[in-house]
Amino acid sequence: MTSTTVPATARASLSALPLRCRNCGAERAAGPVSICEHCLGPLEPVYEPGRPLPDRRTIAARAPSLWRYQEWLPFDGEPVLSLDSGFTPLVEAPALARRFGVARAWVKNDTVCHPSLSFKDRVVAAAINAAAAFGLDTIGCASTGNLANAVAAHAARAGLKAWIFVPETLEAPKLIGTGIYGPRLVRVRGTYDDVNRLCAQVADRFGWGMVNVNLRCYYGEGSKTLAYEIAEQLGWRLPTAVVAPMAGGSLVTKLRKGFEEFLAAGLVRGAAPRLYGAQAEGCAPIVRLVERGGTQLEPQVPDTICRSLAIGNPADGVFAARALRESGGWAAAVSDAELVQGIRFLAQDTGVFAETAGGVTAAAALALARAGRLRPDDEVVLCVTGHGLKTVEAVSGALPETPLIAPRLKEVAVLVEEEGSAA
Amino acid sequence: MAITLNLPSVLAAHAGGVRTLHASGRTLGEAVADVAARFPNLGPRLRDQDGNPYPFVVFYVNDEDVRFRGGFAAPVQDGDEVTVIPAIAGG
Repeated sequence: MTSTTVPATARASLSALPLRCRNCGAERAAGPVSICEHCLGPLEPVYEPGRPLPDRRTIAARAPSLWRYQEWLPFDGEPVLSLDSGFTPLVEAPALARRFGVARAWVKNDTVCHPSLSFKDRVVAAAINAAAAFGLDTIGCASTGNLANAVAAHAARAGLKAWIFVPETLEAPKLIGTGIYGPRLVRVRGTYDDVNRLCAQVADRFGWGMVNVNLRCYYGEGSKTLAYEIAEQLGWRLPTAVVAPMAGGSLVTKLRKGFEEFLAAGLVRGAAPRLYGAQAEGCAPIVRLVERGGTQLEPQVPDTICRSLAIGNPADGVFAARALRESGGWAAAVSDAELVQGIRFLAQDTGVFAETAGGVTAAAALALARAGRLRPDDEVVLCVTGHGLKTVEAVSGALPETPLIAPRLKEVAVLVEEEGSAA
Repeated sequence: MAITLNLPSVLAAHAGGVRTLHASGRTLGEAVADVAARFPNLGPRLRDQDGNPYPFVVFYVNDEDVRFRGGFAAPVQDGDEVTVIPAIAGG
């Protein structure tokens, strides 16, 4: 038995919140369903407005995990699984601030999120508790990689079965980092959008808890904890700008919701940060919608090495574009070459090694700074959402050759001399 | 042979519990209109008052997103398989 497995009697005390359609407002009981039966719009959990909320001191005294904000997560009662995800470091990055020409910069470092080294541990921590509340014994997902890692890891620990579907082109480290936990891992011919369409049908047919399909209303709320942690770790205040990657588009909408909830609760004061979204040029349907305006998202067939953001038909794209614009922010797309440079300068400026999505975020922040959208008085947080060891092949060819020497001091001396003459 | 229309369970409830329907038409829009005429409760859930698809509902013809093929104007023919999927999340 693992430390997060609890007796059935304790699970009975956990319940998921009821749901409301974001499109037509229709309400329904809690359940493993994410689609409104009236208009097919997306459902979201309904929080009791008058519920007691903790103050700063109460939160600060709680265990360092995302559950320290449990009043803003979609459950009644105590969580029973994945109790130790979240509360990752907020790393101040003066070299990055100088590169961007802003007052201060930080990296919200979800490359070390527990247990699977990406921010998907946050959303899966929420989803797996929903699965527990609904008594589901099998969870699953469609994934571009990070979610596969997270679902497999969390399911293994909880003793749940997992079915995980990924595009056939997924990077080897992400396949290995999933298969090691022992799920049913299935590669599907086609893009992520093909996989996700299949998983919508799988959830419908088999009744499993597909975390980003029929558990999506609960799953997505886990992303808000990034915003809460940023606010608390800055000393209960807000940055002026946040840059985050966009795939399905949910993260930026949840960041906005999280910051606004903390403002409404009186835990922080001032203005909510301007939100900036980052995508790769080879798959930038949300960036294009922000630039174009309007509400009609045009899907795109992805063509980028940044597979974790390669969603050409983003479900939350319209909401994401609206959140960025309404916050006073914007969006930027970067080339594959720029994202590789982004991974490198992020690592060399901050000591944080990010996967391709982190490179997109860093390079997009630089582009936004050069375009004058990030300003000299800005305090900027970059959400870096996955570890670089998951996508090493993206940067392996970009690094200088490693010299091979005999174990002799004079050979080191030659290298030191070369280094000196190069400087 | 007709066009086959596959429904998610949330929509099948409005078609007498049937997940697979048959339809006829020269375009996807005509096929949807054909089904809508036969299942009045289903029709408004497949298209809006102006006859256009909702932003949250994606139609696939033989596994291809019809937004790449002209939306409801996409041509269809007997033997085609149309699948209706609510919009989907990230991963």
